[in-house]
Amino acid sequence: MKDIAIHSQENDIREDLPWKQINTDILRSLDNPRRGYWYSIIVCLVLLAIGFTAEVIQYRTGMGMSKNHPHMWNLYIATFIFWIGMSHSGTLLSAILHIVHADWRKPIYRFAEAMTTFSLMTALLFPVIHLGRLWNFYWVVPYIPSRGTWPNFRSPLSWDGFAIMTYLTSSALFLYIGMLPDLAIARDNTTGWRKQLYSTLSLGWCGNDRQWRVFRKAYMLMAIFLIPLAVSVHSIVSSDFAMSINPGWHVTTFPPYFVAGALYSGCAAIITLFILLRYYFRWEEYMTLPILEKICKLTFAIAMMWTYLNLVEFASVWYGHDVYGKEVLWGKMTGAYAPAFWSMMFFGSVLPFALAFRTLRRHIPTMMAVSILLNVGMWLERWMIVSPTLSQSFYPWSWDVMWPTLTSWAIVLGSFGWFGLLFLVFVKIFPSVSMYEVKEMVYHRKLATEKAAAHVGGGAPAYGAHTKKEDAV
Amino acid sequence: MKKSHRLLGLFSNFEEATKAIYDIRADKVSGVSVKDVTLISPIEHPEVEEALGDRGVHVQFFTLFGGLFGLIGSWVWISAAQATFLVQPQGGKPVVTLVTNFVLNYEMMILGGVLFTLIGLLVGARLPSRPGTLYSEKISLDQIGILLEVNEPNLAPLKSLFHQHNVVEIREEIIR
Repeated sequence: MKDIAIHSQENDIREDLPWKQINTDILRSLDNPRRGYWYSIIVCLVLLAIGFTAEVIQYRTGMGMSKNHPHMWNLYIATFIFWIGMSHSGTLLSAILHIVHADWRKPIYRFAEAMTTFSLMTALLFPVIHLGRLWNFYWVVPYIPSRGTWPNFRSPLSWDGFAIMTYLTSSALFLYIGMLPDLAIARDNTTGWRKQLYSTLSLGWCGNDRQWRVFRKAYMLMAIFLIPLAVSVHSIVSSDFAMSINPGWHVTTFPPYFVAGALYSGCAAIITLFILLRYYFRWEEYMTLPILEKICKLTFAIAMMWTYLNLVEFASVWYGHDVYGKEVLWGKMTGAYAPAFWSMMFFGSVLPFALAFRTLRRHIPTMMAVSILLNVGMWLERWMIVSPTLSQSFYPWSWDVMWPTLTSWAIVLGSFGWFGLLFLVFVKIFPSVSMYEVKEMVYHRKLATEKAAAHVGGGAPAYGAHTKKEDAV
Repeated sequence: MKKSHRLLGLFSNFEEATKAIYDIRADKVSGVSVKDVTLISPIEHPEVEEALGDRGVHVQFFTLFGGLFGLIGSWVWISAAQATFLVQPQGGKPVVTLVTNFVLNYEMMILGGVLFTLIGLLVGARLPSRPGTLYSEKISLDQIGILLEVNEPNLAPLKSLFHQHNVVEIREEIIR
């Protein structure tokens, strides 16, 4: 009995949460956020305005605005990879946790999936921006007969297009389908334009057994598809580099390294957004500390995986016979890019140890700061992938250390405003915690606890009734 | 024979609702079969659905078709496009490159699978539709509904069964 009592204190979610309160609390996010939400909207609008202005300047002046330099696009492509990476954890983790029936995903997966969709939408801006001549973008669209542009299906760049569009479509559909029952709840509890919107989007969902059975299977099938898809997308992005013969890029560990980095930055972003949403909408009941701890543990494990793959990459270059590759690696560690390199190593491999301590994991301001710094490290990782190789590639005319201009930085900042704005508008219009699944979670956990209480004299504790000792690991 | 009445019983206790379905299954109300029962629930509820017996779901066939369509269709589409590259210098490389095309076929297999799963969901769940006139907003809150179409003589025994299981509300309409 004592174990059960301890468990209830440490539970992911309160088992006695009334369902009416769940609806009320979550739907309140559509009306009444804290002031911090509106301040965040203002910050995002300012960033977006800065980025947009810089883009207009670059558009009118030309790419020379980002320096007349053979690799003036490195900042944009590094940021493109960063946003693609950021998109990975949301849908991928949601799908994996759904398949293994980890029910603690239920209060947090919706916003994580939204993060995926909006990160991809942000990432897609950069291939267009880095072209410079935006008005000629349509040249890359391969409608063959009219212009004689022939798509090269052997190029990883065309694979990129296919993979990212597939991922964006599938992630958006996964997000939407998972939201259908909640849109019906929103339809039943709102008035005016919102009721019209939710009535249309919920497609008349009423929750009959036919709908639930088909929904259950369809959602699972989509989750199964999304896992290999997410892995393939970032492997393909890594192929943009690994399939070239440039030193520092032509590395066989690049695909798993990219996937690990993507998961890592995505998990860190989930922690940041988790804390923000918990604050904006007063969701302490749903985004609980035990759930935050679980994400932190997962992020720590992925950080260690990323560190290992980094070391493998360094070792294979160091002990290999590729003098050019070794020169680039040495240049990263000691040359002009050394501050960025060592900052990446610190933020990516040392700082995550903060996630290993229970006291720190439960301290929200610390976790907020750590999660943001982890993503700074991950952005630096992408910068370190793209820039040093371009500075020391096989083309002597491109040998130079390139530091982006203010205009380029402003465009990158603008992308954060764009992402933030999309995300904040989403969480204000749609329920960003899954109400029906939180109800399921509460219902099933309550049943499990009752079952455990019934068996407490005899057998082993039932599902959900683990001890404080287990929680503390 | 065409049923004359549609009846929705709303229950706040899920166990009682399940027991009511088992009673219908045990033919405790003559002329009413468990096949006529539609369960309307606020959450995904396999435990209660079990009482309804095995009801097939066919969405996986849509997925299989979509996956194969994406795989084969994209291979045909991309190879057909490459076949027109003959006028271009290939540098000794094959015109239709199977290995690299496989990456694209793989992506298109997934896209096809996902899109056809969506179609399967819409067809299987009969969406879009209207929730129905008897639908109660209490279902999206915390109650579970049992919906049946019955003839007039079976109406009273069915209502009595619902009352035995602590029904909260009964809604009724005449089918025209």
